[in-house]
Amino acid sequence: MRNYLDFEQPIAELEGKIEELRHLSDDGEVNIADEVSRLQTKADKLLRQTYTKLSPWQKVQVARHPNRPHFCDYVEALIDDYMPLAGDRAFADDKAIQGGLGRFRGRPVVVMGHEKGADTTSRVKHNFGMARPEGYRKAIRLMELAERFKLPVLTFVDTSGAYPGVGAEERGQAEAIARSIETCLKLNTPIVSTVIGEGGSGGAIAIAAADSVLMLEHAVYSVISPEGCAAILWGTADQASAVAEALKITAQDLTQLGCVDAIIPEPVGGAHRDIDATMKAAGDAIEAALSKLTGLDAAALIKARRAKYVAIGREGLNG
Amino acid sequence: MNWLTNWVRPKIKALVGEADVPDNLWHKCPSCGQMIFHRDLDAHINVCQHCGHHLRIPLAKRFEHLFDDGVYTKIELPRVKIDPLKFRDKKRYTDRLKEAQAKTDTGDAIVVAHGKIKGKPVVIAAFNFQFMGGSMGMAVGEGMLAASRLAVMQKAPLIAIPSSGGARMQEGILSLMQMPRTTIAVEEVKEAGLPYIVLMTDPTTGGVSASFAMLGDIHIAEPGAQIGFAGRRVIEQTVRETLPEGFQTAEYLLEHGMIDLVVPRSEQRETLANLIGLLMDGVKAIAPPPAQKAKDAAADLDIPTPEKPSTDGDKDAKADTKPAAKSDENSGEKSGAKSGAAPTE
Repeated sequence: MRNYLDFEQPIAELEGKIEELRHLSDDGEVNIADEVSRLQTKADKLLRQTYTKLSPWQKVQVARHPNRPHFCDYVEALIDDYMPLAGDRAFADDKAIQGGLGRFRGRPVVVMGHEKGADTTSRVKHNFGMARPEGYRKAIRLMELAERFKLPVLTFVDTSGAYPGVGAEERGQAEAIARSIETCLKLNTPIVSTVIGEGGSGGAIAIAAADSVLMLEHAVYSVISPEGCAAILWGTADQASAVAEALKITAQDLTQLGCVDAIIPEPVGGAHRDIDATMKAAGDAIEAALSKLTGLDAAALIKARRAKYVAIGREGLNG
Repeated sequence: MNWLTNWVRPKIKALVGEADVPDNLWHKCPSCGQMIFHRDLDAHINVCQHCGHHLRIPLAKRFEHLFDDGVYTKIELPRVKIDPLKFRDKKRYTDRLKEAQAKTDTGDAIVVAHGKIKGKPVVIAAFNFQFMGGSMGMAVGEGMLAASRLAVMQKAPLIAIPSSGGARMQEGILSLMQMPRTTIAVEEVKEAGLPYIVLMTDPTTGGVSASFAMLGDIHIAEPGAQIGFAGRRVIEQTVRETLPEGFQTAEYLLEHGMIDLVVPRSEQRETLANLIGLLMDGVKAIAPPPAQKAKDAAADLDIPTPEKPSTDGDKDAKADTKPAAKSDENSGEKSGAKSGAAPTE
């Protein structure tokens, strides 16, 4: 059973009809094949039209789509010999951030990312991808491991934000995020981050201060959720759609602002409609980004990474 | 109501003049509710004399209090793109900026100044909460970068004094990017071997706390300051329970190991001077100034040398050979003793 988003209703109706007709044809009716292929063409066209001009708010919904591939899907498709590693060695293992060692297209890497979970049980287990300090401290630990063994780091960002809870505050949520950003920026091996779904504020940047930041075509990345921003500035979450527009959260906007280095194309209808194609596109983009960084010595790498962040937003100011 | 209230009363008011009684002679303490006379508030550097509550303090006043003789130099901060997203909510962001600039007389939410604290040169990057809640956008990022570079250039410690609700939403993702940018800034100071001290004031939350503010060599906080990542309301809505008493206060963070010291405003100067001395004099002791080296070499070889080759401004580095005392060559030593940091002889 496919999940349809609100704005996909016309497509849902068409595809529903096609499904019905297919059942009829199973019953032995004639001349239905033509009708099916006519409707299919129509549905495909509609889907393409809808997805080429998705509004930012629609992209938010696609980025949060329940069937959208998550970290574990990327690991399964792109990482061989995966060895998951657990724990921050101080307090707990935060399942909102997963990570470990593995091979990406033959090359050993450290891989990590937010995992949102795919059904109710796993969503609860992974705390909906909202990490606590332990998650960021695990990320730090894994990055330090990568440093020791000269392994590139691949991160996958998919979180609505860091978890706002009493325990998280008690154990230093702010410090953990700050340290994680610091560790990214100090890392002496290449780091490539891919925003695969939602890039939610501090919880996202904690593992995304990277040499190369990639973003899926319909992913979103923002300092605050459109609902949260609307609630603060308008006092109501109703304006979320307008705020999504104003905040400039799409991959296309962020590329223009110099915050994202490359966009990974998604299949028509979003990443979840063709997971294999999504994985291939993501893998190719990551490989391309990684190959540009290979061979740079640690000092040059760190210098370039910092220069990149320092330059953000300065374009066109100094003549 | 009628022409009497709508027309006559304002006319009379205009004639008599309302300004006879300035409305800011008395301040109400937000903590204990007692009234504080403005002169008392001033004398106590905006600390309530009844309950010790630390009220917010205008930046100029904080600087005057912190720097020796109230003398400091503000530096001009780099220009930034105004309103990069063309953002508007109920109001245009550019209008909000203009309002804030008119209200606060500062270009944005950060001011960078350098001067001396008990004779020790320092660079301070301080937030102005009055300016859009001290929120961090491009200008703040540039301010932190400028401050760190100034500190490195002057070989002076950097003191950050955040007072900020977090990121400047109106700058969208660019405000988020200030988290890595400010992190790079303070990293440069640390890599230069200079102390980076954070003095957290009310409030230090959101993206500010989750970046440079939590990366200090030393974390100091003002009593009662709210410090944390997520806002109280957000947490309450998430966990659906009342928050523990004193949650996210400076004292709570001290208890949970996130900060080193809670220091009242009146003692911050001493504390900072003492910390800077303790952190920096060790380096000086390991690497003696060229004059000392020359003297040592001369002593080894038993060759007479000129008494005092000029060093970079060490006025009284004379023949004083006590190595421990040498580091405290400035006035800081005397007043340091007053605060209980008595030198052990």
